[in-house]
Amino acid sequence: MGERYMPTRFEVNGKQVEVEVEPRMTLADCLRHELRLTGTHLGCEHGVCGACTVIVDGAAVRACLMLAVQADGAKVVTVEGLSNDDDLTPLQKSFRKHHALQCGFCTPGMITTAHALLSEEPDCDADRVREVLSGNLCRCTGYIPIVEAVLDARAAYGRKDRA
Amino acid sequence: MKLPPFEYACPTTLPEAVQLLASGNGDAKALAGGQSLMPMLAFRLAQPALLVDLRKLADLRGIRITEKGVTLGAMVRWREIEDDERLDVAHPLLKEAIAHVAHYQIRNRGTIGGSMAHADPAAEMPGVAVTCDAEIAVVGRAGARVINTADFFQGALTTALTPDEIIVEVRLPPWPKARRWGFQEFARRRGDFAMAAAAVFYDVAPGGEATNAHVGVIGVGDRPQRLATVEAVLNGARIDDGIIAAAEAATCAAVNPQSDIHATAAYRRALVGTMVERALKRAAAT
Repeated sequence: MGERYMPTRFEVNGKQVEVEVEPRMTLADCLRHELRLTGTHLGCEHGVCGACTVIVDGAAVRACLMLAVQADGAKVVTVEGLSNDDDLTPLQKSFRKHHALQCGFCTPGMITTAHALLSEEPDCDADRVREVLSGNLCRCTGYIPIVEAVLDARAAYGRKDRA
Repeated sequence: MKLPPFEYACPTTLPEAVQLLASGNGDAKALAGGQSLMPMLAFRLAQPALLVDLRKLADLRGIRITEKGVTLGAMVRWREIEDDERLDVAHPLLKEAIAHVAHYQIRNRGTIGGSMAHADPAAEMPGVAVTCDAEIAVVGRAGARVINTADFFQGALTTALTPDEIIVEVRLPPWPKARRWGFQEFARRRGDFAMAAAAVFYDVAPGGEATNAHVGVIGVGDRPQRLATVEAVLNGARIDDGIIAAAEAATCAAVNPQSDIHATAAYRRALVGTMVERALKRAAAT
């Protein structure tokens, strides 16, 4: 039971991948262990901390609460897909400017969550940002700089929407 | 913890899904959004031999609004309820209650059918279903049947579903536009499980008195419950501060919460009374 490996194909950060995984492997473990995308962090492994947040078919979800086999056919974006080699993105710049990270463990989940939020709601207010980030635990910053960083990054997403 | 080993199937038709669940002899479980079942697996509180993923079943999708009420497909995610502007009028109580369900990422995956089948005593959807006398349409090896919500929840994490049955949809009765309603929930952090919550509604008779009062509470027992004694206080009365105070007292007298690490029984009893009071004040003010 459970020893059977299942072929699973999906897109990660624009690239098609194929893995053979046990059904019990979470998407988070698949990204980290099979695909070596270790930017996705795993804190609690049961859906409380938000560190493993990735974007699946446009929606921010907890990668520890989804099986890898369930991602078959999906488009997945991890924190690695939200950066580029040339320069920091506006969201990254904003996190840096506002000192929105200290130890950095929660940061991948913060970035993916904030990116999904700002892509959908570039005009969100501070209350909405706080409500959304309530699903991501940070034990260093006290959240204030993270909320400020996300609010400050809205301009970049707003401009994109208007273009 | 890592999940226990299991087999996985992803059927594309409802009969196929039922057959797969039946083949598990009680050791197979349906997987909807996974936002409750996956943590149960991670804690090894559930160790099914087979998971039957419902994500490809088109029959379980969609929100239908007709003169008969609001029908929610079992695989409707919280996010879809949040985004559906028709529900602002068709079922404002549902919409308000669902705004309290968990956090952003979980609302993007969690489903109403999964929440009903999981039957957490502090969950909002079962509370709304009980308060509104919803019907739950299910299908299993023995065929289709409709279960009244009052008979559906049998205890904490325990429902009337047989192991081979799948929830197809939840039907909420029609919602008159003039209905008065309120929903109040208390959790230490928005999105966390309710320490207590109350859903109330009533209609107003031509003479100005309340009729058809429904009062439901969650988080203060092993299942969501309607409080008949509180409804009796409201029915036939004009809802004023005196009646609301009487309803609050009747609520505290009607519930029998247990102490746990989050709150004492006495605290929960007082809290749920306050939730009913605030929900009624909100209802009377609209």
